[in-house]
Amino acid sequence: MKITFKIWRQNSPKHKGAIKNYEVEGLTEDMSFLEALDHLNELLVLKNEKVIAFEYDCREGICGQCGVFINGRAHGPHDNITTCQLHMRSFNDGDTIVVEPWRATSFPIIKDLVVDRSAFDRIIEQGAYISSKTGTAPEANAIPVPKAISDRAMDAAACIGCGACVATCKNASAALFTSAKINHLNSLPQGKAEEHKRVAEMTYQMEAEGFGNCTFTGACEVECPESISIINIAEMNARRIKSNLLGS
Amino acid sequence: MKLNSKIPEGKLEEKWRNYQVKSQLINPANKKKLNIIVVGSGLSGAGAASTLAELGYDVQCFCYQDSARRAHSVAAQGGINAAKNYQHDGDSVYRMFYDTLKGGDFRSREANTYRLAELSAPLIDHFVQQGVPFAREYGGTLVNRSFGGVQVQRTFYARGQTGQQLLLAAYSQLYKMVRAKKVAMFPRSEMLDLVVIDGKAKGIIVRDLVTGKLKRFAADAVVLATGGYSRVFRLSTLAIGCNGSALWKAHKKGALFGAPSFTQIHPTALPQSSEAQSKLTLMSESLRNDGRIWVPTKKADSRKANDIPEQERDYYLERRYPSFGNLAPRDIASRAAKERIDAGFGVGRLKNAVYLDFKHPIQTFGLETVKDRYGNLFKMYKKITGIDAYKEPMQISPAAHFSMGGLWVDYELMTTIPGLYAIGECNFSDHGANRLGANSLLQASIDGYFILPNTINNYLASEIKTDHPTTDHPEFDKAEKETKAYIDKVLAINGTKTVDHFHRELGKVMWQECAMSRNKLGLEKAIFQIKRIKNQFWKEVKVTGDDKEMNTELEKALRVADFIELGILMCTDALEREESCGAHFREEFQTKEGEAVRIDEEYSYVSAWEYDKGDFKLHKEALKFEFVKPSVRSYK
Repeated sequence: MKITFKIWRQNSPKHKGAIKNYEVEGLTEDMSFLEALDHLNELLVLKNEKVIAFEYDCREGICGQCGVFINGRAHGPHDNITTCQLHMRSFNDGDTIVVEPWRATSFPIIKDLVVDRSAFDRIIEQGAYISSKTGTAPEANAIPVPKAISDRAMDAAACIGCGACVATCKNASAALFTSAKINHLNSLPQGKAEEHKRVAEMTYQMEAEGFGNCTFTGACEVECPESISIINIAEMNARRIKSNLLGS
Repeated sequence: MKLNSKIPEGKLEEKWRNYQVKSQLINPANKKKLNIIVVGSGLSGAGAASTLAELGYDVQCFCYQDSARRAHSVAAQGGINAAKNYQHDGDSVYRMFYDTLKGGDFRSREANTYRLAELSAPLIDHFVQQGVPFAREYGGTLVNRSFGGVQVQRTFYARGQTGQQLLLAAYSQLYKMVRAKKVAMFPRSEMLDLVVIDGKAKGIIVRDLVTGKLKRFAADAVVLATGGYSRVFRLSTLAIGCNGSALWKAHKKGALFGAPSFTQIHPTALPQSSEAQSKLTLMSESLRNDGRIWVPTKKADSRKANDIPEQERDYYLERRYPSFGNLAPRDIASRAAKERIDAGFGVGRLKNAVYLDFKHPIQTFGLETVKDRYGNLFKMYKKITGIDAYKEPMQISPAAHFSMGGLWVDYELMTTIPGLYAIGECNFSDHGANRLGANSLLQASIDGYFILPNTINNYLASEIKTDHPTTDHPEFDKAEKETKAYIDKVLAINGTKTVDHFHRELGKVMWQECAMSRNKLGLEKAIFQIKRIKNQFWKEVKVTGDDKEMNTELEKALRVADFIELGILMCTDALEREESCGAHFREEFQTKEGEAVRIDEEYSYVSAWEYDKGDFKLHKEALKFEFVKPSVRSYK
C-alpha cells in the first residue's frame, strides 16, 4: 500500500505547529495503524529527521495511552475502538490520511501528537476512591452485591481514560469520563459512604480543569472504545442534584 | 557471596506469623522522617506506594507512562487466584500452595509460595472493599472459575478485564495518597541508574521524558516494581514500553539476577502476521476453560476449519493430557502447540497457529452464556483479525508473556543490595520455573500491599539512626555524569541502522534459541550472535534528535541496549541449567514421549547471577523441601 500521511508536527508547546506531508510506500493491510507510523519513523531516522512523537503502550486497546485524530475522527474511522486497534485494511491504497493530536484546551500539546492528559488524574484525585486503608477490609462475601448492580458498575468502570470523549466533543466536555468513574463507585455498597462528597468534588475539579459543559449530543459514546453510554452523564447529573440537596 | 534467603523458623503455616512477630517496628512519628522511592506504578508499585504512604512514610513514585493508570498490569485479562474455597470444591491454602509449587516445577521456595497462598484470601477482601466490580452470582456472592493447571475453581475475575480493574483500584488508592500529599507522583519519568552509597541503595537518577533533563532523587530505601522484561524477544504480549533497564542497572550495581532465563511462553496469543508487527495480542487463558484446542489430523490441510469433520480433528491436549486436557499449564500447552506446528500441522496463512474452538460450548450452554463469559474477548478478536469467532474457531499461537526470573530477593523481598527491594514481576520469587494462570496479579498485589509494607520496616528501623541521604553526595555526581556520558555515546554513533532493526535481530535470536525449547549448541550460538549484535549496535545505530527534548527514539535505544546485554545473561543461564524444568525445556533432557526430565540431584537450586565486568558469575541458593516431596510433574 502507498499512503500519504498529513501529520501535525510541533516541536514543543512553545513552537508553532504545522501539518507536514509524508508519502509512505510498502505498507501492508495487516499492519496496525500505529505500526504504519512506526514504519514511517524508521524511514525518518534513516533520512536523518526527527521521529514523530506519538503515544502508545499496550497496543491491545486497554491502557488508553494511544489516541489521535484520524481524518477528523477520534481513533479513526470506526466506532468504539482505540487507535492501536485500527488496521491499515480500513484504508485503500493511495489514500491520504490526516493525523492530528487530541483537540482540547485542557489537553495541551506536549509535542507532535502527544498531549498532556494529567487533568484526568487530577479529577481522579478528588475522590475517585474508597477511603479504606490496606488491611481494613471486611470479608469479601460479607456484603452481597446483586449481579445487576455489579454488572452496571463494571460497565462504567471499564473506562480506559484515553480522552477520546473529550477530544471528539464540540465542548471538550469530560462528562463521560467523570460520570463513568462516579457511577462505578457510587453504585456499589462500598462506595456509598462517600457518595455525595465524591460527586461534588469530582465535578468541581472537572470544571476547574476547564473542560466544557455537556450538551448531550452523544458524540462521545460513539468514539468511546469501551462503549460507555451517555446515560452515565444523566445519572451523574441526577446524583449531583441529590448531593447538593443531601450532601454535607 | 553467601545467599541468605532469611526463611523464618517454624512450620510452614506459622512462618509468616513468626516473621511478623519478630520483625522490627517503627513508631509513626519516625516513619514521617523516612522516604521511599518506588519505581513503577503497576499493581505492585501502586499497591506498595499507597500502602507505605498510608503507614506514614513519605513516598516518591515514578512511571514512564503519562499516567500511573497505564502500567501493564492493566492488560491482564483472566483473573486472580485466591484460596477462599467459596465454591466448596475442596480448595485450601495448602492445596493452592501445592498447586503453585508444582506448577513451578519445584524451583521456588516453599515458604514464599505458602505465604502467597496464605495472603490470597485477605487480598480479595481488600479489592472488593476498594470497589473492584468482580463477577457476581444473582444472589450477590462472588463467582469463581478455574484456570490452567488446577482442578478447583479459585479464580476471581471482572469480565476479561481483571487486571484493568485491579490496577485502577490501586491507581485510585495511589491518588488518594497523592491528594493527602504523602505520595509525590512523577509520570513520564524513567529511572536510568541506581545510586548506591556505602553499599546501600540510596537513590536513583531519572530522565524526565518531556524535557530530557536528568534528575536526582535520594531516599532511605528504593523499591523496584518495574515489571517483566519479555520484550527482550521483541514480539511479546507486553506493552511496547515495558523494559528491563531498571533491573539491568541495579544488576550492574551489584544486585544478583535470579533465574533470568525462566520465561513463560503463553499458549493463547494471536499469531504473528508480518515482519512489521510490533506486538502479539494475548487472548485470555480463561478461554481454555470452555474452548477446545485442535489441529487437523492431516498435514498442511488447506480446508476451512468448519469443513474439517470431527474425526479429522486432533484435540492434542485432550489426547496427551487426558486428566487436565485443555487446562494443562501454560508451558505444557505452549510446547504441545509448538510440537504440532513444527510437525507441519499448523493452521492459518503462515501455518503458525492452532485452533481454539467454541463450537461445543456454544452447543452445550448456548450462545448467550458464552457471550456473557467471554464477550469482550470475542469482540477484541474480531477487531484485530476481522473474524467472528462465534462462527469459526479462533487461531492462536504461543507468545512470550511473563518473566518468572528477575532480581534475586530474600523472604523480605530485598535484593542483594541492602535497601533495594524488588516486587511483583521484576523479582524472582514465587513462581519457580513456570507461573500458573491468575497468579501474576496475585503476586504483584501481595508483594506490594501486604509483604513489602511489613518487611521494609525491618531494614528502615536501623536506617533511622543513619544520616538521611542527600543528592549532593559524590555518588550522585558520579551516577549522573556516567548516565549523561552514556546517552551522549548513543547519540554520537550516528550510524546507518534504526534501533528497531537491532531489536528485531535480537528478538529473532532469542525466540529461536532461548524460548520454548533450548539446546546447548543453539544457546552457544545465540550468545555469539547477540555479542555480535551488541558490537554492531554500538557502531551502527542511528538515533535522531537530541537528549534535551522528548525523544522517543532515544528512549527505545537505551532500552534496547540493555535488552541486548540481558539477552546474553538469559542464554548463559539457560545454557548452565542442564535439565528441563517448567518453562525451561532443554531438548537434551526429555523422555521418549517428549516430556521434561528434571534433575533434582544437581539442579535443585535458584541460579543467582552476579555481574562481573561484562561477565557473569553463578551463585546458587539451594532449595530445601522440608514439607513437600518434589514429584514428577504430571498432568496426564
